[in-house]
Amino acid sequence: MPRFTFHRLWAIVLKEFVQMRRDRVTFGMMVGIPLMQLMLFGFAINSDPRHLPTALRLGDEGPYARAFVAALRESGYFALTREAASEAEAAALLQRGEVQFVINIPHDFTRRLLRGERPAILLEADASDPAATGPALAAARALADSIFDRDLDGALSRLRARPGPVELRVHAHYNPENITQYNVVPGLMGVVLTMTMVVITALAITRERERGTMENLLATPVRPFEVMVGKIIPYIVVGYIQVTLILLAARWIFHVPLVGSLGLVYAVAFLFIAANLAVGITFSTLARNQLQAVQMAFFFFLPSILLSGFMFPFRGMPEWAQWLGSCLPLTHFLRIVRGVLLKGSGPADIAPELWPLLLFVAVAMAVGVKRYRQTLD
Amino acid sequence: MSAPAPDLAIDVRGVTKRFGGRAVVNGIDLQVRRGEIYGFLGPNGSGKTTFIRMLCGLLTPDAGAGTCLGYDVRRQQDEIKRHVGYMTQRFSYYEDLSIRENLDFIARVYDVPDRRRAVDRSLERLGLGKRSRQLAGELSGGWKQRLALAACLIHEPQLLLLDEPTAGVDPKARRDFWDEIHRLAGEGLTVLITTHYMDEAERCHRLAYLAYGNLLTRGTVAEVVRDARLTTWTVTGPELARIGRVLRGQAGVDQVVAFGNTLHVSGRDAAALDAVIGGVVDDAHTWTRGSASLEDVFISLMDTARDNFA
Repeated sequence: MPRFTFHRLWAIVLKEFVQMRRDRVTFGMMVGIPLMQLMLFGFAINSDPRHLPTALRLGDEGPYARAFVAALRESGYFALTREAASEAEAAALLQRGEVQFVINIPHDFTRRLLRGERPAILLEADASDPAATGPALAAARALADSIFDRDLDGALSRLRARPGPVELRVHAHYNPENITQYNVVPGLMGVVLTMTMVVITALAITRERERGTMENLLATPVRPFEVMVGKIIPYIVVGYIQVTLILLAARWIFHVPLVGSLGLVYAVAFLFIAANLAVGITFSTLARNQLQAVQMAFFFFLPSILLSGFMFPFRGMPEWAQWLGSCLPLTHFLRIVRGVLLKGSGPADIAPELWPLLLFVAVAMAVGVKRYRQTLD
Repeated sequence: MSAPAPDLAIDVRGVTKRFGGRAVVNGIDLQVRRGEIYGFLGPNGSGKTTFIRMLCGLLTPDAGAGTCLGYDVRRQQDEIKRHVGYMTQRFSYYEDLSIRENLDFIARVYDVPDRRRAVDRSLERLGLGKRSRQLAGELSGGWKQRLALAACLIHEPQLLLLDEPTAGVDPKARRDFWDEIHRLAGEGLTVLITTHYMDEAERCHRLAYLAYGNLLTRGTVAEVVRDARLTTWTVTGPELARIGRVLRGQAGVDQVVAFGNTLHVSGRDAAALDAVIGGVVDDAHTWTRGSASLEDVFISLMDTARDNFA
C-alpha cells in the first residue's frame, strides 16, 4: 500500500491552481457569481413590496375621502399613479397590469360616513401574485379601522366604535383565493424554457467546437446559417414539449384556472424560445469549452429568476433592479403568460410586453449571428 | 480569372496567411497534377494545416491567388468545398453517432444522389460493413481513420486533402491505408497528404517540404535528395556516442544523427567533410561514404530553416 505523501498532494493542488488561473472565464465566474448573488439577494430582493402603482376612482372630493386617500399613500404601500374616470377604465388598467390596485371611493362617501352607515370603499387588487399584494392589503385593512380616529372627535367620536367607520371591501381579482401555485406554475414555464434553451444551445455549438467536429462541418458545403438554424429547430420542438407539459400539469395537477387563449401562449412562447436560443448561441461563440458555456448560462439564469418577478414581486425591487429586470426576456414573458392564462388577456393587452421581447430577440440574434460569423475565419 | 491548366488540380502562387502579424504561411507556390499523390512535409507548426485550410475554403488567404480544381481559392470556396474531401488531423466525426449514421449525415450534407446506395457502397469498400451500427467513439484509431476516409470520399471528390491521416495508426493499418490511396490515385483522384513518416514520404509521387511557413524544397524523392547536395558518411561500430561528440561542431560537419547502431554524419561541403572524416577514421568502425537519405535531407532542411527564419 503506497503511503500518502504531502508532496504528491501538493503537486495536484498546484496544478489545479495553475489550470484555474488559465481558464479566465471560469475564474471570473467563480468571483462574479457570488458577487452577483450578494447584490441581488442583498439589495434587490424585497418580500415587502411598497409603492405599488394604484389607480384612484374618486367619487367624492370631500375632506374625509381625501384624508383616506392621503393615509393610504402615507402608508407607503400605495403610489397613486393614475386616475380612472370609469369602472371600465379601471378594469383595463388592472388587466394590462399597469396598476396593482384600484381604489373606488363612492360619491356619497362623506354623507354616509357622517350618518354612521359605514360606507364601503372598494379596493380592487390584481392578486395574481399574492406575494405582491398581501402586505399592502393588510396595511389597508388596518388603516380602514383606525383612520378617522383623530378626525372624528367631539360629537362624532361615537363613530369611532368598532367595527370601524368605513367598510373596506377587497376584490382580489384573478386569484381570489390567493393560491400561490396559480402564479408560480404559469411562471415556471418561462423559467424552465430559460434554463434549458440557453444551456442546451450554448452546449450544442460549443461541444461541436470542443470535439473538433465543427472544422469538419465547415469544410462541407453547409452554410453557417444552415448549421445555426438546423441546430435550433430540434430545441424549439423540445421547448414546445416543455410548454405543453407545464400547461397539462397546471390544468390537471395544480388546477390553475386557465382562462386565456392557449394559442396565444404558444405563439408568444415561440418568440421567447427564440430569445433564449439567441442568447445560447451568443454564449456558445464566447465560450471556449462546455464548462464555460454552462457557467455563462448560469450567469444569465440567475438574474432572470431573481429579477423577473418569478420568485419575488417585481415591484418590490429598487428602481435599478427593476430596470435590469426589464432588460430580461423572462420578465416580459412572465407578465404575458400570467396575463393570458390568469387574466384572459388578449393580443392588445400584452402588446406593451411584446415589443421589449421582440427587441431582445432582434438584438440577441444580431449579436449571436455576428459573433458566430467571426469565429469562422 | 485565368482559365486553369486542365492537368493541374492545385495551382496557387504566393499564398500567404498571417495570424496576429506573423506569417504562418509565407508566399507559397504549389502546383499539383491531377492523379498525383503529393506529400507535404515539415515540422509541427510549419503551416501545413493552415495551407490546407486555405485550399479547401476554410480560410481566405491574405495574399496570393490561384485555383483548386479550377476554382478560384478566394472567391469560389463553395464550389471547392463541393469537390474536395478534407480529412482533419483530429478525428472529427460524431462519436455518439454510429458509423452508418455518420456516413449518412455527411452524404446528406453533400446532397449525394442515391444516398442509401452511396453509403452502402462506401461501407462495403472500406470493409466497415459489419461494424456499421457501432458508435464511432468506440472504434480504435485504425478504424476511426477508415471511417474518416470513407466519409471524405462519399461525395466522390476530385481532390483529397489529408492532414496527417496516419498519426497514431499501427503499421499494418498504415500500409492498408496507403494501398487504398494509391488505388484511388490510380482512378484519377488527386491526393495532398501531410505526414511525418519517411516511409510514407517515399510513397508519394512528389514532395514539398515546409518550415516556418516557407516552402524549402519540392520535387520527387530523388530530386529532393539531389538538390540538397548533402554528402553523408555512415559509421557503424562501438562507442558511436563518443565519435559523435568528436565530430559534432567541426567545420564541414553540418549534422551528426544517430540511427540505432549507425551514425549518419552529413555535410554540404563534401571536400571539407571528407577531410574531417579522414582525420578520425579508424579500424574499429566501418566507414561508408554515400548519398544522404531523405531523412538526413529533412533534418538538414529543418536545421537550416531554424537558422534562417526562426
